Amino acid sequence: MRSLIDILDLTTEEIDGLIETAADIAANPAKYAEVCKGKKLATLFFEPSTRTRLSFEAAMYELGGNVLGFSEPGGSSTAKGESVSDTVRTVSCYADIIAMRHPKEGAPLVASMKASVPIINAGDGGHNHPTQTLTDLFTIMNEKGRFDNLTVGLCGDLKFGRTVHSLIGALSRYANVHFVLISPNELMLPEYMKSEVLEKKGLSYEETTDLEAVMPKLDILYMTRVQRERFFNEADYIRLKDSYILTTKKLENAKQDLTIMHPLPRVNEISVEVDDDPRACYFKQVLNGKYIRMALIMKLLGLKAEV
Amino acid sequence: MIIDALKNGIVIDHITAGKGMEIYNLLKLDEIETQVAIIKNAQSRKMGKKDIIKIEGVCDINLAILGYVDPGSSVNIIREGKLSEKFHPELPEKLEGILKCKNPRCITSVEQELKHIFKLTDKESRTYRCLYCESKYK
Repeated sequence: MRSLIDILDLTTEEIDGLIETAADIAANPAKYAEVCKGKKLATLFFEPSTRTRLSFEAAMYELGGNVLGFSEPGGSSTAKGESVSDTVRTVSCYADIIAMRHPKEGAPLVASMKASVPIINAGDGGHNHPTQTLTDLFTIMNEKGRFDNLTVGLCGDLKFGRTVHSLIGALSRYANVHFVLISPNELMLPEYMKSEVLEKKGLSYEETTDLEAVMPKLDILYMTRVQRERFFNEADYIRLKDSYILTTKKLENAKQDLTIMHPLPRVNEISVEVDDDPRACYFKQVLNGKYIRMALIMKLLGLKAEV
Repeated sequence: MIIDALKNGIVIDHITAGKGMEIYNLLKLDEIETQVAIIKNAQSRKMGKKDIIKIEGVCDINLAILGYVDPGSSVNIIREGKLSEKFHPELPEKLEGILKCKNPRCITSVEQELKHIFKLTDKESRTYRCLYCESKYK
């Protein structure tokens, strides 16, 4: 039985396979409408996340399956003090697969050790969020047609931004990817990410605080939100939250085929005027997220569409 | 001070002076029924002072933790009064129940029964990371 806890649990071939399935689902949704008939997905959200939960639920419904679960810990036995281990053992009796979000890092790994059904990590604190990374990879493949030979700008909160860390980890397995790390000094990529991932794998990267200066060289610009929930200190959050705001003016020197991505939700880091720019792909990402989650659910349940 | 030579057993030699008791506890030698001797502050030409632990009659203790706690120590396995094996302990790939994760965001901070497990992620810098949250042990 397989679970997905970290994006690196998947080989590059497996990622290619998921992307291929997701693309086929997008092109032929009717073919997949009953693949999960009679199967149940439990969405255990110990931390609220409307977006990710709805994406999983929509994915399961579109595969013909059913969904049960809770959307905040107040609605679960966790509020009574039940451990993650006991919760997933119980839910394993009701569902065929579990998508789980938890504020504590490593909780989905614990769940995967105890559950008798596959676990999908739907985000564990500031740690991993592999289905967001799959979404990002699917979007990059759709927009660029490749994972290699890319200059990828990552902008905003690179310190706490788990989507950024996971994306760097995933892209580090492809050739000739150059990372441009754009952040205020306080939110730079952690030292261990540089020494243990970028430098260890001999990847090329540069750090800057100036988004406009590096804009012309970027193939992809991945914007992130400065997340209030990752700060212990409100004053630091307020000081840093508006560090980078992407506007049409800042895009003047960008490549014509730039791909602008954002894991969403955004607050104000991308001005709404950018939404109409054909290079803005963040709402496409949302749709891609549903398709890739459908592909993942099928893979983990060992199901294939009948041809 | 004279401590008899072992017929069968393990001698952990070249323990950094002062670490003998810690190693005794970590190896759970208090649970062993046979004779165990801890020699503290023994004279050493190389080290000045060292600790030594002699364990009689047991040869199959899991000594993996030694490589983490005291990598300079050496292990001698004695069989029928003769030295049958001698080695320096290597850094263990996994440490279970030895280190505690201090990351307040880690699941181990709330899941009471969960064993703290660390894995070796970089041998050169002796870096261990929590299995669950991947925080570096400092």
